[in-house]
Amino acid sequence: MSEHIDSIKTYALVFAALIAATVGTTAVAFVDLGPFSVVVALAIAVCKMLLVALFFMHVRHSTRLTRLVVLGGLLWLLILVGITMSDILTRGWVGVPGR
Amino acid sequence: MASDAHAHAESPALRVQFDTEAQQKDASTLGMWLFLITEVMFFGGMFLVYTVYRHVYPGIFALASSSLNVYIGAANTVVLLCSSFTMVLAVRAAQLGQRKAIILFLILTLILGGIFLGVKAYEWNEKFQEHHIPGSSFHFEGMQPDEQAHAQLFFSLYFAMTGLHALHMVIGAGMLIFLIRQAQKGKYSAAYMTPVDLGGLYWHFVDIIWIFLFPLLYLIDRHLKG
Repeated sequence: MSEHIDSIKTYALVFAALIAATVGTTAVAFVDLGPFSVVVALAIAVCKMLLVALFFMHVRHSTRLTRLVVLGGLLWLLILVGITMSDILTRGWVGVPGR
Repeated sequence: MASDAHAHAESPALRVQFDTEAQQKDASTLGMWLFLITEVMFFGGMFLVYTVYRHVYPGIFALASSSLNVYIGAANTVVLLCSSFTMVLAVRAAQLGQRKAIILFLILTLILGGIFLGVKAYEWNEKFQEHHIPGSSFHFEGMQPDEQAHAQLFFSLYFAMTGLHALHMVIGAGMLIFLIRQAQKGKYSAAYMTPVDLGGLYWHFVDIIWIFLFPLLYLIDRHLKG
């Protein structure tokens, strides 16, 4: 890996975007979006995570192996959340005889 | 072999098992990411428990969550993002071999981390005064006894999650102090700055955890109270 050194300007822009997103997510929390409040809050959080990971944690300059490991880790998290929630969310769907 | 021996003679930081400094650096970065993935799974379990119980007791969790001070939470998020910015500047200074700048930015990061923990301590102290600490003296205003138990569950998860996050911050502060002392001894240069780089990865990771904790604990039910 050839060492990439990003400019201070790049980092400052990412930082400004992160601050703006924090102010934005706090402001939008007071607006009644019904069930979409969670969706919007998580979407903003994921965007912030991507900015931090790609720029501050240098994932965009990382080796393919490192990127694969990062994606693999997120995949395992998705399995953990996906399988558990598919159980919890669907328990009421089918009636249990005798209950 | 001859070129290997040459590379090892040129750079004292290069260990025998690696051919080049780039390879050694890549291995260290990969190892750090593997550790961070285990941390993702560790915190992921807590986020999952929180999601499940929020689904089971939505109304109580909304009330309990809305009792947190959103402005302090948002301000603390900004403080932590500032510390990530100074941390990335410290890593950049290390890449350029600017020793004084490394020390300056690491100290700034440490101060901002300290402010975050101080604000967190203030928030926790507020919870003590409001009797929102899970236990025998727990009381949430205007709730039935069975609802009290579910509100306690929210605060148990709140303290477990913010507490573990704060513990990671304390460990990060210890790491920063170590890095500052090593940098003062002149251990880091443009050719060898792996510890600063990996310390940066850890600090940003802890930041990412808070990026998710803040909306999930403070924000998502805020609109219900208006």
